[in-house]
Amino acid sequence: MKVLVTVKRVIDYNVKVRVKSDNTDVDLANVKMALNPFCEIAVEEAVRLKEAGTADEVVVVSIGPKACQEQIRTALALGADRGIQIETEEAPESLGVAKLLAKVIEEEQPGLVIMGKQAIDSDNNQTGQMLAALTDMPQGTFASEVKIDGDNVNVTREVDGGLQTVALNMPAIVTTDLRLNEPRYASLPNIMKAKRKPLDVKSPADLGVELKAHTKLLKVTPPAERQAGIKVASVDELVEKLKNEAKVI
Amino acid sequence: MAILVIAEHDNSTLKGATLNAVTAATQMGGDVHLLVAGANCGAVAEAGAAVAGINKLLVADNAAYEHQLAENLSKLVTEVAEDYSHVVAPATTTGKNFLPRVAALLDVAQISDITAVESENTFQRPIYAGNAIATVESLDPVKVITVRGTAFDAAAAEGGSATVETLDAVHDAGVSSFVGEEMAKSDRPELTAANVIISGGRGMGNGENFAMLEKIADKLGAAVGASRAAVDAGFVPNDMQVGQTGKIVAPELYIAVGISGAIQHLAGMKDSKIIVAINKDEEAPIFSVADYGLVADLFDAVPELEKLL
Repeated sequence: MKVLVTVKRVIDYNVKVRVKSDNTDVDLANVKMALNPFCEIAVEEAVRLKEAGTADEVVVVSIGPKACQEQIRTALALGADRGIQIETEEAPESLGVAKLLAKVIEEEQPGLVIMGKQAIDSDNNQTGQMLAALTDMPQGTFASEVKIDGDNVNVTREVDGGLQTVALNMPAIVTTDLRLNEPRYASLPNIMKAKRKPLDVKSPADLGVELKAHTKLLKVTPPAERQAGIKVASVDELVEKLKNEAKVI
Repeated sequence: MAILVIAEHDNSTLKGATLNAVTAATQMGGDVHLLVAGANCGAVAEAGAAVAGINKLLVADNAAYEHQLAENLSKLVTEVAEDYSHVVAPATTTGKNFLPRVAALLDVAQISDITAVESENTFQRPIYAGNAIATVESLDPVKVITVRGTAFDAAAAEGGSATVETLDAVHDAGVSSFVGEEMAKSDRPELTAANVIISGGRGMGNGENFAMLEKIADKLGAAVGASRAAVDAGFVPNDMQVGQTGKIVAPELYIAVGISGAIQHLAGMKDSKIIVAINKDEEAPIFSVADYGLVADLFDAVPELEKLL
């Protein structure tokens, strides 16, 4: 079985983003970029399926400018076999991404697609579900466990209030939650080896997809700042303040 | 054109998040209709018809919709959506699961997790874990939107008198099935609905020590939450996690115990009305958002707090 994994280049999760002074967007100049953490979990899960003998090939796809090849190489160093970059000047909207990936699926015919549940930049949490709709595949979103059983995959999902397990006919789409696995670190020999793994570059036109804007970003502003309050000296004082000043207990 | 809200429920009760989504929908202008799709969900339909501000209630009662499987539900909602200008759902794990499918089937964008309605086609939503707020205009004929519950007041559960229409359409994609679920059982309020929350972090040391927080929770009628660090360390189950990747909460009072205040956690609770932090590290970032900070060892302060309540 072939497993397709998608990865996105995003701001490193340790970096606190700043809004540009003209409020047109966030400032990403000279900011450290990295593989989206949820995508990293997706790569790890696919590589584990290969190590277990369930998958025989792991193909990794990213969409964006040339710089995103760096994240494809990271995924290859973690154990993916080959990469596909779909070159676009900027990151397309989720629906556009889903349309491009649907075409990749048509060409590659994977048995399973594993994606991050959301990217930590736009926080949309929608591309996997959109791709599932466009390809008419079932979906197992927010996965904390993935078990393949013949032509089916059982996915345990993190839902409000607990866990839910669904059985999906394959091919299917899985989106990862944080506790699905703990991604490994790439070893230096594997990083070197990754540089020689195949990486195809395609354009949206090659795939026959015309990208269209469905939304317009009007402005980006910093969130309302919360002021630090006071330090209390004792539990007594805390209870007194909560009762008489804040009046919340 | 009217606005369609998709109800969140478990076939017996209408979930509170629906009421916040209804409030957001009423701000978009136009009549608001509520769709209840489930199995043997008559009680939910009745509750939905009573919600203030709902003009019409649509009910699709069929086994195919029992577990809100995205493959089935999205086909039903897409078919119904034809007559609407907006399709709205709460940004819960259910809404986040099925609604993007609807957007893709309609060939439109989804605007996720909105926190404010500026006009019928312009919305605010947090990005970068709430470190920036984007104002986004939809260019689509149908706006597909999920709503962050904590950003909107709940609509009144009583006082409405919607007309009821039954939908006979059955969409069973036949590609997915429900296997089972493990839901946390608790007598305390749900995190996203609680007025008071007390959360523990890595500083709690282990899962047993959360019993100290539970005692306070019982006295205050509070829910118990946790930081991602406490969940990752295996102290408590994941459904207790408050943060960007867990639950987004905004109670009247949030008490953070042994939580340092990573960006990830702050994104999930910084809209709380009053924040209390108890931490022995006076440099902990949690103090920068706390209304009342107490620098103390939690193992001394928490039992003392319990006694005084």
